[in-house]
Amino acid sequence: MLTKRIIACLDVKDEVVVKGVQFRNHVVMGDIVDLAQRYRDDGVDELVFYDITASSDQRVVDKSWVSKVARVLDVPFCVAGGIRTIEDAKRILNEGADKISINSPALERPQFITELAQIFGVQSIVVGVDSREEGNEWVVYQYTGDETRTIKSKHKMTDWLSMVQSMGAGEIVLNCMAQDGVRRGYNLEQLSAARDVLTIPLVASGGAGEMEHFYDVFTKSKVDGALAASVFHTGHLHIGGLKTYLAQQGLSIRK
Amino acid sequence: MITIVESGGANIASIRFALERLNVSAEWTSDVDKISKASRVMLPGVGAAGDAMQKLRAKGLDECVKSLTCPVFGICLGMQMLFSTSAEGQTDMLDIIKAPVVRLTEEVGKTIPHMGWNDVVIEQKDHPLMQGLSEKEFFYFVHSYYAPLGSYTVGRCDYFSNSFSAIVTQDNFMGCQFHPERSGAAGSRILENFIRM
Repeated sequence: MLTKRIIACLDVKDEVVVKGVQFRNHVVMGDIVDLAQRYRDDGVDELVFYDITASSDQRVVDKSWVSKVARVLDVPFCVAGGIRTIEDAKRILNEGADKISINSPALERPQFITELAQIFGVQSIVVGVDSREEGNEWVVYQYTGDETRTIKSKHKMTDWLSMVQSMGAGEIVLNCMAQDGVRRGYNLEQLSAARDVLTIPLVASGGAGEMEHFYDVFTKSKVDGALAASVFHTGHLHIGGLKTYLAQQGLSIRK
Repeated sequence: MITIVESGGANIASIRFALERLNVSAEWTSDVDKISKASRVMLPGVGAAGDAMQKLRAKGLDECVKSLTCPVFGICLGMQMLFSTSAEGQTDMLDIIKAPVVRLTEEVGKTIPHMGWNDVVIEQKDHPLMQGLSEKEFFYFVHSYYAPLGSYTVGRCDYFSNSFSAIVTQDNFMGCQFHPERSGAAGSRILENFIRM
């Protein structure tokens, strides 16, 4: 059986791992390669490295650390942040990343998803989506890496996901913004709505605080992976312990 | 020394680094002469079947790979290339293993691509490629097409109603559908076993 994936997200800024609360007040958490190795040893199923400044600063993620990570890691990892051209994507994949994730550039030009998928295969192309509840609907936000530039896009979350899927994305990471870094649990209602419109893998992001939150999002929203950052970085949750707990609850988990 | 067939695809660094971790030197080449004289050949594959086969043929590497008598190991699409045909773009493959590669069946609640860690049942435990592995191991998969089960199946994977070949061997040709270079200790062990064969 395909196992549920536990994914640690390392937000990268100036080549160190940082974490803020609701995209603000970034605190340095540690060295990229050290943290990557620590999570690999703890049994993480996958890692995402997200350059939180790149997309907003109009520059491509500095890739020198990608091959450093690829040299030591024997589990898959994805790189996100400011990938705007086929060349950007090719460089990062050639450095050893398994997948690349795009967010704002996909909103600027959805055709970019198709172009990437045709060259690198759908399995390498992840689309990240930042979504926030507004009134009775979920709305997609853009340029969320920089608070001063964050804007609301014209897309409703479920419409955008359907479009992204049809354009050739191989996976979606849905980050529910109000939950980000607040640790009150994943936004199950929103993630379930996303699940209903997708046949490609869906990864939940935003709000993980306790082990039960992971259990809930896997069983209720039927996501394929659950991503978290601060709860792992601070040591509040240990990946090995979390996976043991989820396996004891009857979920399919890689030991 | 491992000779890796370089056919112009991206995303090959991960295999290079995995071999580095095992202290094995690797040569990347698309030179028919070099590949013909190699003692171990690896056939990576990322991207679409049609594109990958076209690149192989353009360099005359299809006939070259088929004629090899040394141990050959295909990874992911590289494994699929060993088969007769692929439903992906209705592509003619190398036709070394006489079976077709087909698309995963769409089912309720099943995501495609099949992406993530899946357990694999090792069906031929005594095969040299399987030394040191348990009867069940987890490996990292990313694919939408699969090779059916057959006498060549060494490891089996089950995903909803599809049971398919995760590891195959036929004579000197071997391959795996998952990514051993991204499958932790178990994946590393398979690469090591191949190197020692």
